[in-house]
Amino acid sequence: MAIAQASMLPEEVALAGRVSRTSGEASDYLHVRKASIAYAGRGAEIILAIDRIDLSVDRGEFVCLLGPSGCGKTTLLNAVAGFLAISSGALTFNGKPIDRPGPDRAMVFQQPGLLPWRNVLHNVTYGLEMSGRMRRREAAARAAALLELVGLADFAHSFPHQLSGGMQQRVNLARALAVEPELLLLDEPFASVDAQAREALQIELLAICNRAEVTALFVTHDVSEAVFLADRICVFSKRPGRIVREVRVRLPKPRDEVRLTPQFLTYVQEVAGVLGSAAPAASKTERSKEKRHGDGYPR
Amino acid sequence: MATVILDDSGTPRRRGSALAARMGQSTERIVLGTAFIAVLFVVWDLVTVLGIEPPIILPSPAGVASALRSLFSSSDIWADFAASGKELCYGLALAAAVGIAAGLAIGWYTRLGYFVDPLISFLYAVPRVALGPLLVVWLGIGLSSKVALVFLISVFPVLVNTSSGVRSLDPHLVRVAHCFGASDLKIFRTIALPGSVPFILGGLRLAVGQSLIGVFVAELLGAQHGIGAMIDNAGQQFQTDIVFAGLLIFAAAGMLLTAIVRWLERRFDAWRV
Repeated sequence: MAIAQASMLPEEVALAGRVSRTSGEASDYLHVRKASIAYAGRGAEIILAIDRIDLSVDRGEFVCLLGPSGCGKTTLLNAVAGFLAISSGALTFNGKPIDRPGPDRAMVFQQPGLLPWRNVLHNVTYGLEMSGRMRRREAAARAAALLELVGLADFAHSFPHQLSGGMQQRVNLARALAVEPELLLLDEPFASVDAQAREALQIELLAICNRAEVTALFVTHDVSEAVFLADRICVFSKRPGRIVREVRVRLPKPRDEVRLTPQFLTYVQEVAGVLGSAAPAASKTERSKEKRHGDGYPR
Repeated sequence: MATVILDDSGTPRRRGSALAARMGQSTERIVLGTAFIAVLFVVWDLVTVLGIEPPIILPSPAGVASALRSLFSSSDIWADFAASGKELCYGLALAAAVGIAAGLAIGWYTRLGYFVDPLISFLYAVPRVALGPLLVVWLGIGLSSKVALVFLISVFPVLVNTSSGVRSLDPHLVRVAHCFGASDLKIFRTIALPGSVPFILGGLRLAVGQSLIGVFVAELLGAQHGIGAMIDNAGQQFQTDIVFAGLLIFAAAGMLLTAIVRWLERRFDAWRV
């Protein structure tokens, strides 16, 4: 179903940045070099969220940041989004340092964050309105095409509270895609969706990203989700977060049926092994502390 | 009742049956509410018919009705309506305009909030009808002092509600907007403003009730015309049937205004669960 929808993608929705996905030399696309982020905890305590992280992402690549909760992967994502400044190191996108949020990098949060007083269509046009790049009617036409893409064309005039959690998250995704981001940042977007809807959403996300050649940085703590989606998985240690291993996932796409294959399970085992040795189960007190600070926002 | 059974049997159209259940509920509400009023009327009538209280203390419903009829047959009542209506409308309109504008500003600019909050708390705590004599001294006994009193009484619910509506905007929505590169002005227009509409309307609903108190008290302090003045005069002459008629007029005005605000609330609350 997802594939059928993806192939109906009208031309005007074709997303920006469809350059060949093979960029030869060291990437100047998204480049993270020795980036650390520290923030003030309670009192004089300084908490190091991520520690000298190196990461390069190529155009068109789907990279998953995988790690235990509170390991700083969301912090890194927020820094790439421009919500958070890095304490040291370098963070560049298209050769320019990232210093603020921008519509070239769209974020899909775990919570749908739809405006309850706008219908679905106008929620999807919201990002376009905020970046002020498009006329109302063009924006509405693009939004309608994107709703078709995520399978919600019939719900354009519904209000968010009339949709299920999974449907709301599709609207959220469509809203992010509407601004034609070069880089799609996803922060555990399917974590609060029930298991069946999650698998459907994963299949659709992958189809959309392939079709539109979007570059994606996807944060998750779910190993099989990471293996299913990623071209490359960066496994984080627990805090302070470091990338302990990168695993390249060479499963053919589309991956609709891949979950049943032995290769898939081999990858899951391998990645789970890396994750297990990198982040032994945290003690109870540590875990509650991580939960408090874990979302990566300074308070 | 049939609608409730329909709901339990699990009809496929959930929306429809929910609507039906709600309709059943509202019918029930109307029936019970009307029944209570009817019982009150009967008791009231019995008390007067049986002569438990003399008409000068408690006029009969029929007496009140005939007082209303004779009031509306003379032309004086229209002067009273015009006077009270002006006080009410000018005062309320001013309170809504100032309350919403100031409330939005105070809620949006945190520092401005810090600056004026003490004054607002002080004025909110003062029984504002007590400012009446002062307003008469300052503004005279004409329309302006009465409008000022109505305004002062009804502006605070609007202002306080509006500012707390702006302050309670969802930080997650703001983060989403920031992510798309939204300016502060756009965040205000697309998130803070629509988000505070229910708060503003709630404030207006409170203000409507308060404003009628303002009209009455203002007219007690000296007035040629006005429903409040009429009640005051009639009371001093023990014309209790006219007092009752005046009270009914006040009640009708209050219910009409509340109904308007309720209608607005329903219009704007379509997106609420």
